[in-house]
Amino acid sequence: MVEWTDFERATIQDVFSKINYDVVGPQALARCLIVYPWTQRYFGNFGNLYNAAAIMGNPMVAAHGKTVLGGLDRAVKNMDDIKGTYAELSVLHSEKLHVDPDNFRLLADCLTIVVAAQMGAGFTPAVQAAFQKFIAVAVSALGRQYH
Amino acid sequence: MLSNTEKELIVQIWDKMIPVAEDIGSEALLRMFTTFPKTKTYFSHLDISPNSDHLRCHGKKIVQALADGARNISTLATTLAPLSRFHAYLLRIHPTNFKLLNHCILVTLACHMGDNFTPVAHAAIDKFLSAFSAVLAEKFR
Repeated sequence: MVEWTDFERATIQDVFSKINYDVVGPQALARCLIVYPWTQRYFGNFGNLYNAAAIMGNPMVAAHGKTVLGGLDRAVKNMDDIKGTYAELSVLHSEKLHVDPDNFRLLADCLTIVVAAQMGAGFTPAVQAAFQKFIAVAVSALGRQYH
Repeated sequence: MLSNTEKELIVQIWDKMIPVAEDIGSEALLRMFTTFPKTKTYFSHLDISPNSDHLRCHGKKIVQALADGARNISTLATTLAPLSRFHAYLLRIHPTNFKLLNHCILVTLACHMGDNFTPVAHAAIDKFLSAFSAVLAEKFR
């Protein structure tokens, strides 16, 4: 089980209460598709992903970004059993979606950067460390059921 | 592969960082030390506490080297040859650490530039930092 300090617990709840999931989710996913274009391979039916502007304006990308943040929210609310919370999601991503789990890390990095841009100076090194630890746990849990 | 637009964008952004090189550089390093504590193992000879002289001085060197690379993107290997030798034969940093610092540089830029750190700027800088690190790690073996 992951050990969380009081600071880390408080920080995660605080950061996720401050960000707007409907904005941050879409931005993070769009950024991932733009900065790491090979991730587009999983979104063949999303229509126009030809350039940055198209990706940022694509409604399917936006909708999926919100879905991803919704998934992350489940981990925020179950910090003491993220592994269990994500068991089914992990199976889904491996058996059905066939996503290379290394790509979860890329999306996690983009999410970190979007949150950093939103929070500015409030995203201190200590807050960043707590956030990244949380995200790393979520990413690891998502990759657990691969075989 | 960097387009001409991206190269210009990279120069623009790094030129803005030169006057605040100490702030940006030391912040990126501090973020890296806080988020990835194993990176501190390379700095046991320095005082890397927040705002220390060593941290600010070292941060400034890094940002200046990056700005130099940005202005000489087409000749990165030649421009960075001395730094490349230094990292390979003297510092011998495990290559995975370059990605960690690169990520923290991106986070620092995002915090300072907010919305101006657009996805296109992010992509360009990420590619630049990857190319820069590749040159620094070139002589490792």
